[in-house]
Amino acid sequence: MAGVRVLVGTRKGAFVLTSDEGRRDWKIDGPHFAGWEVYHLKGSPLDPDRIWASQSGGWFGQVIQRSQDGGQTWDAVGNDFTYQGEAGTHQHYDGTLKPWVFNRVWHLEPSLTDVDTVYAGVEDAALFKTTDGGASWSEIDGLRKHGSGPQWQPGAGGLCLHTILLHPTDEQRIFTAISAAGAFRTDDGGASWLPINKGLQSGEIPEQEAEVGHCVHKMAMHPARPDTLFMQKHWDVMRTDDAGGSWREISGDLPTDFGFAIDVHAHEPETVFVVPITSDYLHVAHEGKLRVYRSRTGGGEWEPLTKGLPQEHCYVNVLRDAMAVDQLDACGVYFGTTGGQVYASPDGGDTWEAIVRDLPAVLSVEVQTLP
Amino acid sequence: MTRVVLPYHLRALAKVDGEVTVEAATISQVLDALEAAHPVLRGTLRDPGSGKRRAFVRFFACQEDLSHTGYDVPLPAAVLAGSEPFLVVGAMAGG
Repeated sequence: MAGVRVLVGTRKGAFVLTSDEGRRDWKIDGPHFAGWEVYHLKGSPLDPDRIWASQSGGWFGQVIQRSQDGGQTWDAVGNDFTYQGEAGTHQHYDGTLKPWVFNRVWHLEPSLTDVDTVYAGVEDAALFKTTDGGASWSEIDGLRKHGSGPQWQPGAGGLCLHTILLHPTDEQRIFTAISAAGAFRTDDGGASWLPINKGLQSGEIPEQEAEVGHCVHKMAMHPARPDTLFMQKHWDVMRTDDAGGSWREISGDLPTDFGFAIDVHAHEPETVFVVPITSDYLHVAHEGKLRVYRSRTGGGEWEPLTKGLPQEHCYVNVLRDAMAVDQLDACGVYFGTTGGQVYASPDGGDTWEAIVRDLPAVLSVEVQTLP
Repeated sequence: MTRVVLPYHLRALAKVDGEVTVEAATISQVLDALEAAHPVLRGTLRDPGSGKRRAFVRFFACQEDLSHTGYDVPLPAAVLAGSEPFLVVGAMAGG
């Protein structure tokens, strides 16, 4: 019977939540890697029992875990993320130069075509890749060295590469996003990269329409329309329809266009979900109400989705990797909060229910749709 | 044999209980032996590139802080004799 497996990374471990296709009754398994920060987990689209997890901490550094049985048991694989060649410098918060130093893996993106290949987005920002099932990792250094690297500066969470979007049919095309540098695209498998930030405007940098320096919080793509990307920027919700050639704002009637998470409906490429957060100085749900906003028109016009979500005294945040959708006929939408709740909607956002309420702060949510 | 006490998180990572023992007479040899016996510990105690001790990792033995004595200094006699353990400690930074 079909079902879903929700992979939740938190400040103090990982959790695996499973349900049948009804998505009302849940089994909660965890914590795995208790006490460690788990920035991200993601399963292979080729083998759903193969799941990757980024486990890290200030004391003992970075560990990459791999499960081959759907998250029941785990084994550590390689964790050497050494930059290629001279690491160089990037801008620090105050504009001074700071050496590039590896801190952690923010995002793991398994290949669409090879079960042993996975991409890793790391802090300080760089893209790594394994082709041997995680035993070794090599930097795709064309991104960090494409020319603008010394101008990149960290966002509040660090100089992190947090988004990796793989083109569904063209293995050579990859999109990435870095906070706070912007979005980038390669068309040759990573050898060369192009900043794709035309149309973005950011009041936090001296030149508001600069080629790089934008604090992109997250990007999302529907595989049926890989030239269309949706972006939640620091401020502003944006879209491009030419693979990043130009962006236009689609914030429309959102109550605030600050936020972190963004995702696209599994079967409706023009249906987009965001969670408005008050502002850059107040990272909490807007007006004390936890609301997902849905646009069925590809942006511009948004409707609040509130049924089952707290509508008073709610001051949690929803982080950039903490929203996902499943692939069932009635598309499920999921998100986790810094208050430890994981919410699920089995009906495309119309109604919500908490799967679990008291986990550690949620850093990431991914969903696997199981046969 | 040199007795080594690992902190909770590293024992869990290495899937060991209690003390581990290694053939080692210096800190460098302790770290080499630990990483050889438990490859998952590579990178958790020292930087894999520079070999530098991670900032929040400390080495104690015989009521002394050995974190800054150098990797190749002989371990205290009591540690070499097995009467005292070599302690790997996560720095006290929890609040």
